[in-house]
Amino acid sequence: MPAALDAVAALKGRWAGVTERASLDHPAVNVPASDLLGVLAALRDEHGYDLLADVTGVDWTPGPRPRFTVVYHLFSTTSHDYVRVAADCADDASPEMPTATGLWRGADWHEREVFDMFGIRFPGHPDLRRILMWDEYPHFPLRKDFPLAGIETALPDAQVVAETKTGAIAAPMMGGPFVAREGGINMSDAEPRAKDESWSERRPKPDA
Amino acid sequence: MPAEHAFPDSEAKNAQGEFETEKMSLSMGPSHPSTHGVLRIQLELDGEMVTKADPVIGYLHRGDEKIAENMTYNQFVPYTDRLDYLAPLANNMAYAIAVEKLAKLEVPPRCQAIRVITAEMARISAHLLGLGAFGIDVGAWTVFLYSFTEREKLYKLFEELTGARFTTSYTRIGGVARDVPDGWMGRVDAFCDQFLPLLEEILNLLTRNRIFVDRTAGVGVISKEDAIAYGLTGPNLRASGVPLDLRKDRPYSGYEQYEFDVPVGTKGDGYDRYLVRGEEMRQSVRILKQAIAKFPGGSWYAEDAKRIFAPPKDKVLTSMEELIQNFMIVTEGPQMPAGEVYFEAENPKGALGFYIVSKGGGVPWRLKIRAPSFCNLSILPKVCIGAMVTDLVSILGSLDFVMGECDR
Repeated sequence: MPAALDAVAALKGRWAGVTERASLDHPAVNVPASDLLGVLAALRDEHGYDLLADVTGVDWTPGPRPRFTVVYHLFSTTSHDYVRVAADCADDASPEMPTATGLWRGADWHEREVFDMFGIRFPGHPDLRRILMWDEYPHFPLRKDFPLAGIETALPDAQVVAETKTGAIAAPMMGGPFVAREGGINMSDAEPRAKDESWSERRPKPDA
Repeated sequence: MPAEHAFPDSEAKNAQGEFETEKMSLSMGPSHPSTHGVLRIQLELDGEMVTKADPVIGYLHRGDEKIAENMTYNQFVPYTDRLDYLAPLANNMAYAIAVEKLAKLEVPPRCQAIRVITAEMARISAHLLGLGAFGIDVGAWTVFLYSFTEREKLYKLFEELTGARFTTSYTRIGGVARDVPDGWMGRVDAFCDQFLPLLEEILNLLTRNRIFVDRTAGVGVISKEDAIAYGLTGPNLRASGVPLDLRKDRPYSGYEQYEFDVPVGTKGDGYDRYLVRGEEMRQSVRILKQAIAKFPGGSWYAEDAKRIFAPPKDKVLTSMEELIQNFMIVTEGPQMPAGEVYFEAENPKGALGFYIVSKGGGVPWRLKIRAPSFCNLSILPKVCIGAMVTDLVSILGSLDFVMGECDR
């Protein structure tokens, strides 16, 4: 895919902060957050990457700092190839990234999802609300410190609490398959059917 | 919306200065029949006219991406069934190819052909449902009955191949679950032969149907520029006049060997989206016919991928090396190198993408699912402005989304 490689070379020549990113498939660049919008605009307007295919976040905990990276995949409807743009969020505690909604209207929902799942804010976004979880939800589920089992969460609506007499939504997957806490129960305790050797064809089930 | 329907200013008084009009807020869904699942649209209405539409999604959010980070690559295959649950075989294939890209693994031609055949059958089945449901939304019940009869035949074939009608979980990383049964290809071929005339009959119920045309033509028009700006893909993008089909433009799984046309719309309205889907089914049959005619022999899984594909059971139970191989792959997962890949496949609803970040080993570090329905729905607030409430039903039907995929 020579077109995409040309684009990467041009970007590196224009912005000193742009570096090549290791990738197994499409050409990819690392971009400082301050140059991000310029790079995305150049890719869209000068190199033909007109379709914003995807925006997502990655949490590298406990890996290298900075903790959060926002990854953009652009597609060209003319040369039919992809380019990947990755930008690190400088601040681990309150990660931020400039919004791409000015370039692509479709970035709106993607960025809302990244905010919802990782807590990365996009200053300048016209309507940065949660999208998949409900508005009052206090956690960011795709962060690595969020357990797979979920976290018991208080119900936001007082009326619902009064009607149902339940104050919280239990961690949805606790005790389910694949859930094993560090220092807590292990897999075969969490899923006792998997390793129940207390009975067999010769020995009947204890309470049967 | 036709230009002559300019909506009145809500604060304005009428000619006599007597009444004030007030905008009404209406919650449509999450269990409205036309929302095809659990989509809620918070509407602001001026009489019958939509002045603002805010889709509220997430009712079907199951945290698939979080779940993927906690299990091996093969264990995630059943979860891909439940993305676009109208075309699980196509999802299975997209996911398997994405992971194989990570491992730089090519599957043999026979396996590729099996995957193409199943994916095209899934496309026909998904479009049939899409048309049937679209028909019901605008008041044409008959189409649904015809199209479901045809889907039932496809489901019988799926069941024979995969053991399940709906949630097929057919692919494995590096291959498929099992080879095609004896005589199955002939039955797919026979299905194609009898399906083509029936498809014409089904489409004839709608194409020149006066009511259907009135309800869809000029309704929910999406311009080429908007379609690209919002990241639309699949039939919805092609109906707006962008000839983008990943099977043609970035061929995978051997799609370059097959001859087929990519239908493109001119107006980008609901009627164009219907026409594009109808033609795509004819093209899918064309691909199926060619794939069956030159169905290659050889192995149906990557035999040399010893750390990725668990060998068939008859070998596992008779030979030591295969037993160990099977044990390692089942317990540790298919072994992947570190790195990141992004792969999109042309699914019935659009480009289904998987972005996988691997740190090596059998479990992904991050797996992002780029759902076409999610992007296709994001244009709703724009398309609905100025439409009537009844048009909204027609627009939703024409966009043909699946909430399982949108919410993940």
